Amino acid sequence: MPLWLDLLIRVAAVMVGFLVLPLVVGQAEHKVMAHMQGRVGPMYAGAFHGWAQLIADGVKFVQKEDITPRDADRTVFRLAPIVALFPYLVVILTIPLGPNLVAQSLDIGLFLVLAVLGIGVVAVLMSAWASANKYSLLGGVRGAAQLLGYELPLVLAAASVAMAAGTLSLPGIVEAWQPWWLLWQAPAALVFFIAGLAEIRRPPFDMPIADSELVFGYMTEYTGLRFAFFLLAEYVGIVVIAALTTVLFLGGWHGPFEEQLGWLWTLLKIFALSFVIIWFRVSYPRLREDQLQRLCWLILVPVALAQLVLTAAVKAAL
Amino acid sequence: MSENGDRIAPGKGLLDGLAVTFKTMTRRSTTQQYPDVEPDLPPRSRGVIALLEENCTVCMLCARECPDWCIYIDSHKEEVVVPGAARARQRNVLDKFDIDFSLCMYCGICIEVCPFDALHWTPEFEYAETDVLSLLHDKDRLGEWMRTVPPPPAHDVLGEPSKEEATAARKAAGPGAATAAKTARPASVRATPSRPAQEVEPAPEPEQ
Repeated sequence: MPLWLDLLIRVAAVMVGFLVLPLVVGQAEHKVMAHMQGRVGPMYAGAFHGWAQLIADGVKFVQKEDITPRDADRTVFRLAPIVALFPYLVVILTIPLGPNLVAQSLDIGLFLVLAVLGIGVVAVLMSAWASANKYSLLGGVRGAAQLLGYELPLVLAAASVAMAAGTLSLPGIVEAWQPWWLLWQAPAALVFFIAGLAEIRRPPFDMPIADSELVFGYMTEYTGLRFAFFLLAEYVGIVVIAALTTVLFLGGWHGPFEEQLGWLWTLLKIFALSFVIIWFRVSYPRLREDQLQRLCWLILVPVALAQLVLTAAVKAAL
Repeated sequence: MSENGDRIAPGKGLLDGLAVTFKTMTRRSTTQQYPDVEPDLPPRSRGVIALLEENCTVCMLCARECPDWCIYIDSHKEEVVVPGAARARQRNVLDKFDIDFSLCMYCGICIEVCPFDALHWTPEFEYAETDVLSLLHDKDRLGEWMRTVPPPPAHDVLGEPSKEEATAARKAAGPGAATAAKTARPASVRATPSRPAQEVEPAPEPEQ
């Protein structure tokens, strides 16, 4: 196979996953959230139970006027949604679905993923500052504090599993994974998942966009397609965090018939975790800013550090 | 919980919250598919107001009592010559009877005060318009709503009889008969009392 065809197929596959998976998760959120609240959710768009609701939403967003506030820093304002979306695209590139099913296998996959995920804070600050709106700015500052804070437990928890596996490559970590890691690495998995939730600013960690006090935080001034990009970034974020948790802590493609059905196991675990993320959103109220920081610095970081010590001790003992 | 000093396991509240939402998800949703399925409205629902034109005597009570002044009435008088009568009678003829539903607040005072049952509630509520002027319903349109007026609810069999019934029964019994209105009630109704049995029972002893 010529190099360019190989490259084209890989990029196309990543783009398809990048566009389809968030839609599936978004639709699942519509329906799951509705049924958890005793409603039925969208029923009309598309024939069967409103399956095309998000596509219809997309068409609606495209039709809307694209407004840039007069006092906004135009270039930065317009770039911010793309900066928010782009890191997740890069991350999806490195996530392995099956034993040999990965768009780009990297030896330092985990390092790249964590580094790239950190770009999110830049997008938040860009949109917050460039909007020339005090609510946006407040939301952006909150977002920055939250994202910088939760970066630490996220990295520490990921470091624990990398230490256990002895590699930074994502497929390598899945290869090294053993079922008993579910117990041994459970605290790290929990910390990683919760910190990941905060990284994608999902409820109950949606303090930066607290709509009852900050209108919509750093997204307040965005309209039309740019707002849709932010929303898409949120749903891609769900997929990415669920996928990373799957790959790092839940054994990725490991399961019965993993030779043939490995990718199915990975997808299944990703969707199960996405369901949990949606479930959290329905069940829990938003954390207050001080509770948010307290949870990060007084609970997650110490737990992650203790896990690191435990991992090191077990590795040394084995 | 914590105010009472009860210690609960940490995180129990979080798990309870998850359990509640999951349980709700497994149950059937309570959504009513309104535009597809007609809602099942109680008989006394207040929708639009219907006019039975034949009953209207243009007494103007409704228009005067309306707090919003949203009822507009015009009429003229006509002579009715009854053969054999000493002189011709006069009768009010309704020319215009409009209710402006953009002003109406559905208090129902017009329906209450109407002495001749010319105004009725109907449960029809789907008369929204894209133009606010179209919410002014004239007497023909108000008359069309009469089709949707449900029959009046049956009298409560255990309730007091109407004044007419009581008077008729008293007259039938002749002078000096018992005046208690309850004697006018048909025997078949009184044969199955539900309350008196309780009244016979001795009052329960107060506890303590």
